[in-house]
Amino acid sequence: MNDVVLDGNYCKGCDICISVCPQKIFAKSKKRNPLGAAIPDVTHKEKCTGCGLCERMCPDGAISVERGTK
Amino acid sequence: MNPLYEKYIKKETLPTLFCPGCGNGIIQMAAIRAIHQMGIKDEIACVSGIGCSSWIPCYLNLDVMHTLHGRSLAFAQGLKLARPDKKVLVFTGDGDCLAIGGNHLIHSAARNIDLTVVMVNNRIYGMTGGQKSPASLKGMKTKTSPTGNMDDPVDGCKIAEAMGATYVARWTTAHPVQLEKAITEGINHHGFAFIEVLSQCPVQGSDAFGDKTPAGMMNNMKEISWMKKDGENPPAGKTVIGLLVHRTDRMEYMERHQTSQDQNKNEKRGKANE
Repeated sequence: MNDVVLDGNYCKGCDICISVCPQKIFAKSKKRNPLGAAIPDVTHKEKCTGCGLCERMCPDGAISVERGTK
Repeated sequence: MNPLYEKYIKKETLPTLFCPGCGNGIIQMAAIRAIHQMGIKDEIACVSGIGCSSWIPCYLNLDVMHTLHGRSLAFAQGLKLARPDKKVLVFTGDGDCLAIGGNHLIHSAARNIDLTVVMVNNRIYGMTGGQKSPASLKGMKTKTSPTGNMDDPVDGCKIAEAMGATYVARWTTAHPVQLEKAITEGINHHGFAFIEVLSQCPVQGSDAFGDKTPAGMMNNMKEISWMKKDGENPPAGKTVIGLLVHRTDRMEYMERHQTSQDQNKNEKRGKANE
């Protein structure tokens, strides 16, 4: 199983990850980080296929996908 | 934080000055991945000019030179001549490269000197408040063209191709995998490599890609772009993306420089013997 970790301290809340994830793992939330940005929730981690698009598309390097063996 | 990003970034400088959703971060990540994959962290030297996009290498733990507005290519050529062992990667913006530094682009492409240029094209002057740039589309509303831009946009790829650049590619921030591959190919290519990247400016350039959110702009980028196919003409109104030029028939500038120096030496020696 893959683990998707979103580092809330570096996220700026641009919501690109919500749009690019093919499995729609990220969801909007009202949580705020120290920068004042609304950071997305990571839901349905079990659906992650490990394509790594969110890692590549996050402009602030806040997302990492830890790939595990199934 | 992404472990790869953490390895290459200067953590004390974070957060970056890029606005939320800026395409520069995606290009930064693509460059980091390309450099990491090639394992050339100690061999690479980055040069950048002035503008938002020119801040991309400044956050990286690499050899970086942040230079005058528009003169990044002039500095990069000097660096390459002084240190031929370094692989030089230049980050520049559309205003930096096509307006004030247009002359340097023309001449470095004509020389075919071994540089890799990543030109970030957001079709606007983002840092100074959203003025019209040379790459702004016709009819685009900006701060300095409120009734619509009168001029046709300048195509950096066509300039580079016409002046004899031996590797020319265009990608967008919505194609990060291909962009990473292009940067890798550009660094490996022996000659002038010019990579234009269409990038979104969600704060100033809302008219450039027809949407206000970064994700919407990137979706529009996918729609307006057309992947180059040999023997087919692009449909009207589409931007051609992909590998545009890849030539190996032109000699690189440093090689030519070396050859002419050797010839001069031989001629002088010949005269002394007489």
